[in-house]
Amino acid sequence: MPEEITLRVSRYRPETDAGPTFQEYAVPLREDWAVLDALNYVKDEVDPTLAYRWSCRMGICGSCGMTVNGEPRLTCGTFLVDHAPGPIQVEPLRNFPVIRDLVIEMTDFMHKLGSIQPWIIRDESADDASVELLQTPSEMDEYRRYSMCINCMLCYSACPVYGLDSKFIGPAAIALAQRYNLDSRDEGAADRLTVLSEDEGVWACTFVGECTRACPKGVDPAGAIQRAKLVAANEAVKAFLLPKWARG
Amino acid sequence: MSGYQQRLYRQRVPLFWWLSRRSYFAFVVRELTSLAVVWFVVYLLWLVWAVGSGPTAYQRFLDRSAEPWLVAINVVALAFAIYHTVTWFAVTPQAMVLRVRRRRLPGQAIAGALYLAWLAVSAVLVWFVVIK
Repeated sequence: MPEEITLRVSRYRPETDAGPTFQEYAVPLREDWAVLDALNYVKDEVDPTLAYRWSCRMGICGSCGMTVNGEPRLTCGTFLVDHAPGPIQVEPLRNFPVIRDLVIEMTDFMHKLGSIQPWIIRDESADDASVELLQTPSEMDEYRRYSMCINCMLCYSACPVYGLDSKFIGPAAIALAQRYNLDSRDEGAADRLTVLSEDEGVWACTFVGECTRACPKGVDPAGAIQRAKLVAANEAVKAFLLPKWARG
Repeated sequence: MSGYQQRLYRQRVPLFWWLSRRSYFAFVVRELTSLAVVWFVVYLLWLVWAVGSGPTAYQRFLDRSAEPWLVAINVVALAFAIYHTVTWFAVTPQAMVLRVRRRRLPGQAIAGALYLAWLAVSAVLVWFVVIK
């Protein structure tokens, strides 16, 4: 008989439940199992009604974010042995509406992500289509860190500002705006600034810094937001003082 | 239209959310200690007003400032202002990207420069108030 550990899993069945309740499952405590493996074990062997999202199992897809023992974590990278002897409490990501069990509603994030136009905006009329747009390693280093974002939404779950007012555009969306703003091939910074410089944009952030601590990919959204604030403030001063041709 | 209606469960932020994590609490304390900075601005304005109003007003300001309750307020406010300053110095490198010859300055250099500036200003004040 192998050693076991208890998972306390948040269950919410909208057709019958008024709110979430906890259900406990005993799962084998295997050294090579992450919380996601344990959930898959429960789903396959114990209770097929458990609902949760997952896909790649290797920290790339950003689907399996949940609240593990109160912390926003990717469950594929959170190992059972690190939380032994347990119990391990597994809840949906905080700050989002819950659809069922551990599955959250992410439409709000998808709209926000689209609003910052996370792609290269560029007037290509003068480009030679047969020539690549080259970039030096130092130009790439400018945005590389922000490009590691996998849209897992752990930063939204960690952010008290987003929890208190979901109108805030949020850490990942701003980090991704900076990822393109700082790209030497991109010309869309002014377009994105109109979204970022709104009250619900960068100015809603009070620099708690929890998004950066929660990020499993080392993106540092908090740093990206403060840098975006500096740009927004600079642009506002320039717009006030300088004629259009001199703003650059 | 199907007959299915989505019934979302909306999670609520607890009233005392800022007590739920150490880092949230440290953040709230950092923000609230800014009131100590406001107090010192008011105190400084009071001093300027007293100096401008003549010797009697200035003496009254000095007498008031020596009263234990005002000394206590100032000591507590100083502790809060120092906490506020140190926590902001700690996060400044995250917000500031400075380059020297196209190389990004390390965070310790930026924080170090802030502490040096603080030290320099303090030294000038000590020279004025104590030595001169």
